[in-house]
Amino acid sequence: METAVLKKSAKELGVKKRVQINKKQNKQLLVLCLPAIAFFITFAYMPMYGIILAFKHYRFDKGILGSSFVGFDNFVFFFTSQDALRVTRNTVFLNILGILLGMSIAVILAMILNEVKSRPAIKTYQTIMLMPHFLSMSIVAYIVFGFLNMDLGIFNVWLKRIGMEPIMWYSEPKYWITILTSVRLWHNVGYSTLIYYAAIIAIDKEYYESAYLDGAGRFKAAIHITLPMLMPMISVLFVMNMGRIFHADFGLFNLVTLDSSMLYPVTDVIDTYVFRMLKSSTNLGQSTAVSLYQSFVGFILVIITNIVAKKIDSDNGLF
Amino acid sequence: MIRYNWVEKLYSVLANLLMIVLCIIFVVPLILVVSISLDNIDEIYKFGYSFLPHKLTFDSYRFLFLKTNTVLNAYKITIFITALGTTMGVIFTSMTAYAISIKAFRYRKMISYFIIFTMMFSGGMVASYIFMTKYYNLGNTIWVLILPGMVNAWNIILMRTFFMSIPDTIFEAATIDGASEYRIYLTIATPLAKPAYATIALFLSLAYWNDWFKAMLYISNEKLIPLQYLLVRMLKNIEELQKAEHVMDSAQTFPSETIRMAMAVVAAGPMLFVFPFFQKYFVKGLTVGGVKG
Repeated sequence: METAVLKKSAKELGVKKRVQINKKQNKQLLVLCLPAIAFFITFAYMPMYGIILAFKHYRFDKGILGSSFVGFDNFVFFFTSQDALRVTRNTVFLNILGILLGMSIAVILAMILNEVKSRPAIKTYQTIMLMPHFLSMSIVAYIVFGFLNMDLGIFNVWLKRIGMEPIMWYSEPKYWITILTSVRLWHNVGYSTLIYYAAIIAIDKEYYESAYLDGAGRFKAAIHITLPMLMPMISVLFVMNMGRIFHADFGLFNLVTLDSSMLYPVTDVIDTYVFRMLKSSTNLGQSTAVSLYQSFVGFILVIITNIVAKKIDSDNGLF
Repeated sequence: MIRYNWVEKLYSVLANLLMIVLCIIFVVPLILVVSISLDNIDEIYKFGYSFLPHKLTFDSYRFLFLKTNTVLNAYKITIFITALGTTMGVIFTSMTAYAISIKAFRYRKMISYFIIFTMMFSGGMVASYIFMTKYYNLGNTIWVLILPGMVNAWNIILMRTFFMSIPDTIFEAATIDGASEYRIYLTIATPLAKPAYATIALFLSLAYWNDWFKAMLYISNEKLIPLQYLLVRMLKNIEELQKAEHVMDSAQTFPSETIRMAMAVVAAGPMLFVFPFFQKYFVKGLTVGGVKG
């Protein structure tokens, strides 16, 4: 509203669109950018320079420059270990599972939410669904602990009540694909639902009006209008998510699992692996190498997915 | 609505029912934590956790706030880093976002690429760790909890998109007046972009409040431990709190189970109370960010 008013007054003044700015203004704008530029150099670009460590044997006393080169030894060390396959598989598999389930459930929920007509009800549902998203993984870990605790947890209390043996959840890997995926859904699905819901309510109501005139019911309208209209957005978000499958949610895999080593066969991902190496290894070159492997593949994935996203719709993509 | 018969009504009722069931699923885990925190420890050892307290008591909260300084201190740290980090973050983010939202700005493209590249590639955890601890000497200081999270590419892009939606003509009028870019940014762009400021402030404060990772990586000094990292440590080892404080007399059971959950409630509480008030900004922010990068 304010914008509209100001726009009018500017027009009344008879000013042209701002196509040129002078040297002084350029300089002022540059000054406005300086803190952020300094920030990114310090905290993003300098560490990028630090990745040469992946090719060195790092010694703390000698620093990054002083440490000696070892070529690709650090990579060879990682890729010849059994860990490489395991952590890559876990990262990619659990991410894809989470993305596929998360997206389909979010789209369905958004469509269901669209059938709710009462405004206060919609608001309440939105608020409640969004709530878990505001919780830190540290708190999520407590919640999961409340269910899975060996002696006192809700699940084992129930199992005992119906006369079954309690399960040692934190040492049985076979349950954890389900547990981690459920936790991830619970934490994120409300957020994605809202994104799709916002897209649905932006669809022109006239499509529906004419569909109803033709005798289509609400269900048919949802399948034949809402879903196709959402499709470009679904594909773009899917592709964008795919660009991040090499990065795992550290909190989910480290805190929620209580970092139980018995679960590593299914819960150890690249991020938790690098973290452990960083905390225990004497040669940080090795963990830098794993880190670089992740950043590098992640980078290529982002580039590819961006090209694909742009193919779908030229407005999309990050760059 | 043209056809509004019983089928339509049925859909609406079904949708509501489904949503209610779903909301229960979303809320029940939270209730569990609150319920455990209010339960009596002896009953818990007898019957296990439950969704309703066996015997209502506030012992755990009394302990957390009256008998130990650890939690209060962690609260202070968290509030300090959230307040300072968010304030500085919003200022720096908006300054840059404003500058690169102006199409005629000469270095616009260059700076945009410079920023966006950091979204795609990073030096990774280890390289950052080495720089923070060895070269910047930020390890074990409060600054390591504040500085690295202050600005990020995503927030700048989000805010830039918002500034770009303000018509150029508004700024043009001011330029003709001879106002400097600083003044335009402060007196015209900022008031018009209030919702964007609120969104970014919400994102940042949420990130600061919920962060435990940086503390896990860099902090070992007991006095600098923020709330969420205190939680992380207590999850594995609640007795730490007991040992550190030497407060409980041995005759009484130390209510570690309930204190643990009370801590989770205390750490999550403020965010859960605050966020419904800012929800509209949050939704606005995520839709701008979700639809267009």
